[in-house]
Amino acid sequence: MPRSAPSLWESLGTAGLARHRALWTGDTEVVLSDLAAGSALGGRLDDLRGRSVLVWTQDQLAAAIALVEIDGIARRLVLCPPDLDPAHLPYVVATAEIEAIVTDRPLDDVIGLGVECIVRCGRTIHAGSVDRAPRFESEWILFTSGTTGVPKMVVHTLATLSGAIQPAGNLAGPVVWATFYDIRRYGGLQILLRALRGGGSLLLSAPGESPASFIERAKARGVTHITGTPSHWRRALMSPAVRLFSPAYARLSGEIADQAVIDHLQATFPNARVAHAFASTEAGVAFEVTDGLAGFPASFLGPREGTDVVLKVEDDTLRIRSSRTALRYLGASSEPLLDADGFVDTGDVVEQRGGRWHFVGRRGGIINVGGLKIHPEEVEAVINRHPGVRMSLVTARKNPITGAIVAADVVLALDGDRALDPASVESAKAEILGACRRALPAHKVPASIRVVNALPVTPSGKLGRRDA
Amino acid sequence: MVATVRHTIISQFEQVAAEQRHKLASLTDDRPLMESGLDSLAFAIVVARLEDALGIDPFSASDDNQFPVTFGDFIQMYEKMYVNAA
Repeated sequence: MPRSAPSLWESLGTAGLARHRALWTGDTEVVLSDLAAGSALGGRLDDLRGRSVLVWTQDQLAAAIALVEIDGIARRLVLCPPDLDPAHLPYVVATAEIEAIVTDRPLDDVIGLGVECIVRCGRTIHAGSVDRAPRFESEWILFTSGTTGVPKMVVHTLATLSGAIQPAGNLAGPVVWATFYDIRRYGGLQILLRALRGGGSLLLSAPGESPASFIERAKARGVTHITGTPSHWRRALMSPAVRLFSPAYARLSGEIADQAVIDHLQATFPNARVAHAFASTEAGVAFEVTDGLAGFPASFLGPREGTDVVLKVEDDTLRIRSSRTALRYLGASSEPLLDADGFVDTGDVVEQRGGRWHFVGRRGGIINVGGLKIHPEEVEAVINRHPGVRMSLVTARKNPITGAIVAADVVLALDGDRALDPASVESAKAEILGACRRALPAHKVPASIRVVNALPVTPSGKLGRRDA
Repeated sequence: MVATVRHTIISQFEQVAAEQRHKLASLTDDRPLMESGLDSLAFAIVVARLEDALGIDPFSASDDNQFPVTFGDFIQMYEKMYVNAA
């Protein structure tokens, strides 16, 4: 695409390149202004100019620096998520017509892909003169968060990825962002772009780092704004470290934020603005809810003043049209991403209760009990209201009579730093079941509750579900 | 051993009926299952709990068991599989 907007590097400069602006992970600090007279790509921008470039890294910090350098230079940049199955790479290379690979991986990993131009990237910026004059409005190709089958690639631009980003409130000092998300997926990339274009810095999580240790580093770095999924937060809130941390802004997105996790987060950070946001790779950032309540006001539907985002509900799922949605799927055989009116179907089932819309679950994730449909998330929301519950996962258990019944795995809060005694566990289970019976019709009440120490969380920070 | 199976089944029927607020009929061997007082959801839960307690699920077993008609059939089906599994 011909260039019409400033490149990421240019907008970084516009926001100011003060020496304190940095990206951090683990013990590493990358000072952004070093890129004014240096490169982490060996200065090889001419090799990438006008080309379709695959960014496939082990290290997310290396990917972040590469993105700053490549936007406006490459015709297309394809950002691989950390868990991309290498078996899919030949398909990705062919579909995205890759002409160059930017990587920190061993050469053996990429040599067989048939792409001649391989540019090494890393965390270290080496001094040298670089021509950063942008000539292209780069296409940004991201992968959807689905985990099975051939990956889906969606086409964004820097404009759709960062359009109409609202400032997150007035702060006296510099904004320091932190995100549990990986910046190589939509949710994390959002935060990287916000930090870079908004004049801030960003703390990234290190591979395998626990939420507790990430929170400790966030406190040490003076983080003011922090984002993650409800699953990230439920795990982080179990750690005592979180009580010493006091951000100005804490946000949930990527999964349904139920009332329990919102309340818990607000109670833990009494001085923070706690928000939950709706965003997806395809639909972009649609809205943020700041009134402390789950769901969103019915007034959000339809055209609204001050935003080009239009929400509607059709066939029970939320549809979104805005300048922040992706443009299309990549690949000749792909289905259209937008309907005839330009709306993205999020696949998220919503339900109106009173003056508010609530998320009930994913269209594909329904449990069918003898013909009655249940969204696991609506049962989890009830279970999570129990003060002793930290996380829960509701699944379908195969059953010869009704096809399936509802089963629940629950993580209970510790008693101080010790596990609960067996009698307390049994009484917690009975209380949870009682609460479910009061709040839900019989077929939605878990037939069995199992107490577990931990629940699976996917690399993208979402509760590990095996979707139906 | 087999007596344990009968005992386990009866106590599961009673427990699930109580949880689901169903009025359980007296569980004689000639009682048709349809008249036991449990609906299909409660019945499904009983079968799942019995799988947890006894480690068997005769309904999902591959051999073509006749679907039990009476409470006695039901117990027999479990007893038979329990003995075979032991």
